[in-house]
Amino acid sequence: MALTDSDNAMRSEPVGVVGPGDAAPLLEKRDGATLRPTGAGKARNRKGWFQVLRPLTPRARLLLGMLSFVLPIAAWCVVSYVPYVWHPQIAITDPGATDYLQVGMRMNKAAFDDVVAEAKADHKAPPQGYASNPIYLPAPHEVAAAFYTSFVTPPATKDQPWLHQSLWHSIQVIFWGFVISSIFGVPIGILCGTYAAFARLTEPFVEFFRYLPAPAFGALAVAILGIYDGPKITIIVIGTFFQQVLIIANTTRKLDVGLVEAALTLGTKRFQLLWRVVIPGILPDLYRDQRILLGWAWTYLIVAELIGTTTGITWFITQQARYQHFANVYAAIMMIGIIGLGTDMLLALLGRRLFPWERSLDKSA
Amino acid sequence: MSDTAMNKPVGLPALPSYLDQSDAVRARFERLKQREVILKVDGLNKVFSSGQRETLALSDISFETHRREFLCVVGPSGCGKSTLVRILAGLEEHTSGDVLLLGEPVSEPGRDRGMVFQGYTLFPWLTVKKNVMFGLEVNGSGAYEAEKQALQWLQLIGLEKFADAYPNQLSGGMKQRVAIVRALANQPRILLMDEPFGALDAQTRSRMQAHLLEIWRKIDITIVFITHDLDEAIFLADRILVLSAHPGQVQELIEVPVPHPRSSAQFISPEFLATKARLEELIHKGEAPDEEDSGTYSMVARMTDIADDID
Repeated sequence: MALTDSDNAMRSEPVGVVGPGDAAPLLEKRDGATLRPTGAGKARNRKGWFQVLRPLTPRARLLLGMLSFVLPIAAWCVVSYVPYVWHPQIAITDPGATDYLQVGMRMNKAAFDDVVAEAKADHKAPPQGYASNPIYLPAPHEVAAAFYTSFVTPPATKDQPWLHQSLWHSIQVIFWGFVISSIFGVPIGILCGTYAAFARLTEPFVEFFRYLPAPAFGALAVAILGIYDGPKITIIVIGTFFQQVLIIANTTRKLDVGLVEAALTLGTKRFQLLWRVVIPGILPDLYRDQRILLGWAWTYLIVAELIGTTTGITWFITQQARYQHFANVYAAIMMIGIIGLGTDMLLALLGRRLFPWERSLDKSA
Repeated sequence: MSDTAMNKPVGLPALPSYLDQSDAVRARFERLKQREVILKVDGLNKVFSSGQRETLALSDISFETHRREFLCVVGPSGCGKSTLVRILAGLEEHTSGDVLLLGEPVSEPGRDRGMVFQGYTLFPWLTVKKNVMFGLEVNGSGAYEAEKQALQWLQLIGLEKFADAYPNQLSGGMKQRVAIVRALANQPRILLMDEPFGALDAQTRSRMQAHLLEIWRKIDITIVFITHDLDEAIFLADRILVLSAHPGQVQELIEVPVPHPRSSAQFISPEFLATKARLEELIHKGEAPDEEDSGTYSMVARMTDIADDID
């Protein structure tokens, strides 16, 4: 109720602006913001971070981009290195007289305090330890070290892969999943975007299928394709393909119809339009879509690799978690992120070379 | 500029009739009409149907253009100028009547009718030179031949230095020049232009008009030029086709009495002003009184407290 009242009050204000007296503050406010002769630069700076739909300065871009990584890592450092921020457990350094405690064991603070109190009451040596985080949250330096050690630590048995082999296996699964999906998805998407009849024939079913969770086909894929890489690639294909068709169809539909009409008046035959106008016209956007879709393909990787025999980076992660080497687990998860972001940045760079006319657009803007 | 009719200076001698032609102009029109007919539009009708409702957009449009004629089409907004030119280009179908190019009926887009759009519609992924080559290549010219011709065309408009630039690096006026020669490189029989300079600023626009006349004089091309700018129409055209709105109908086909060659000095010549007065009369008559535009602003309160009135 209060809300609607104030709402009305605000709305009625401009209506009331008839007399000169009422209008004065309105004008003053506007002048104050835009026409203040001194300190104009300062005023702009002050608003700099929160300007609506305005680009940032290059320095601000760099700074904020770095902060987006520094801030979460700093938060992690604080939780890890500053005791009493969290540190809910005690790592035992000396079990004292308590026989069920061992060096390196971790227990909750409350339980530890009980044990200490008990030992003191019995006049025995109390156990000792230091406040620590649970084993599943290693400190940044431990994870950083794991980036190196996890690569040089040999696998537990000879027939198991090294980490780099696991990673390479994952990359191959992604690669083939994405390539197979694209071989079908890109042309079908372009056809859907170009020809309304083809779109109507295809898209309703694709819309339906896209809601089916890809991992639901895991068991089926194993039954048909065995337990090795076949079903894994299949899951990635199912996860990517249907989105791909719809996204690329939409991108194609966004092509300026004026270009098609211009080409027609220049004597282009209808079947030439696809190669001569539609495909070159959407290529930069298509490339951008593919980059986004490749990212989606990665998100299906872990589920896919659990199907049949667990392989690749997923095998490494589950194995390390079983041994409670959580630093390795974090390192492996981060490696996925680094590979994904790295590939995307490389592709973005390549895209600038492939589509020079887009770059000249950036320059003028 | 368009409201000069309302505040016409008093005390000037009366304008001659727009129908008065000097001997040179009359002779020119006689020669023009003896040339072959390039485009013949006869009893053209266009009905848009959306659901149950049918709207008559163009009604019984008939006119002819002769070889090397410059025809401008003007009319109030909503008179279907753009629809007309799109039908001529073959981008839209007409409901009934005939559109004949050199006696052949027009049904779909083709290289014999070049078109220049208001949005430049250059292919952004092709360089300027490749844009001009496009039409030649899709019509089966060899790459070498196409390139040679494209460079010649770029020379004609003074943009050979930009042959390898991308359209995004060009200014609006330059883009539109490229778009014009891209259409001309195909050697069409007729060039259709749909408000091609509408998006340009006033100075660029007047330079482009001069450019266009220069190009038109140099080559054998018939031009149908859509515009809502009356000055532009008088400056460019041999004849002006005036349409009325709702439905679009031919009001008059005016022979512009302003002699050739045209120059900007003629904007204040009596023939020019007489033609403009006639056009304004026709267009304002054709314009349905619109509620949004009905004159006064009395109901708007003054929202200023500045003491010294400026009016």
